[in-house]
Amino acid sequence: MSMPVLFFYLYAGVAIAAAVMVVVARNPVHSALFLILVFVNAAGMFVLMGAEFLAMILIVVYVGAVAVLFLFVIMMLDVDYSQLREGFLEYLPFGLLIGFIFLAELLLLAGGWMISPTVTKTVTAPIPAGVSNTEALGLVLYTRYIHYFQVSGMILLVAMVGAIVLTLRHKKKVKRQDISAQNARSKETAMAMRHVKPGQGLSDNDAAEWVR
Amino acid sequence: MNEIGLGHFLSVAAVLFTLGTLGIFLNRKNVIIILMSIELMLLAVNINLVAFSIYLNDIVGQVFALLVLTVAAAEAAIGLAVLVVFFRNRGTIAVQDINLMKG
Repeated sequence: MSMPVLFFYLYAGVAIAAAVMVVVARNPVHSALFLILVFVNAAGMFVLMGAEFLAMILIVVYVGAVAVLFLFVIMMLDVDYSQLREGFLEYLPFGLLIGFIFLAELLLLAGGWMISPTVTKTVTAPIPAGVSNTEALGLVLYTRYIHYFQVSGMILLVAMVGAIVLTLRHKKKVKRQDISAQNARSKETAMAMRHVKPGQGLSDNDAAEWVR
Repeated sequence: MNEIGLGHFLSVAAVLFTLGTLGIFLNRKNVIIILMSIELMLLAVNINLVAFSIYLNDIVGQVFALLVLTVAAAEAAIGLAVLVVFFRNRGTIAVQDINLMKG
């Protein structure tokens, strides 16, 4: 066996085993870590296929952002995860049946299926020879698919704003800077002249009124 | 067996997709695992797109894989934000307790 074949089976085997562990792991933290393993191995497969840019993006976006987000949320929520696992064995036979049927159908489809010979004539944007994968992707992404690219940017912006709006909450007791109130202050409301009698000072009431 | 072709990658993607579906069936109470299973399924879709892109020598498949990746990231962020808000309000993330809309 040549090296690419060997590495394909390594990546595929580890990815599938880790995906099984994502589903069956008792601890959600372990699930998230196995999810990272699946993504890293999928990135390896992408490199084997020749899609280096997507492989690196997979590492950066999934491992660096999504999986870490999962980890943060799992750790932040104070949930008894073992309680959430009740019923796992109850659903296991049914789930395995569904999964087996589904997989058998997919593999049957993959086995008895072939690409129409004319499909190669309908290629939209052939990969140019002699340029790297990243460059080839950029050549179409920023020209022919610029609108898709910008819409995906909008989607990310909406997701970011939405996540902030959903999770941000103002606590009543925390003092915050109120810029309009600061700018609305005049000399009259900010300062007051007091005649302080010797040896007495200001009383607390005076001071409270003054601070206001 | 000495040559890795389109079918191999499609098979891996099919297995990963099935495992994602299975995860939704088996962990019917834990929303976080369900979200992770959805990520697995989207990854399988991406593997399919990239495999066909390379096989047909058409870069468009990789462009769409990139877009799927973007949407998956946005979906994970929004889904987890909703989850955090729900946990704050109800104190649970069990799926059978999520019945506010009486659906």
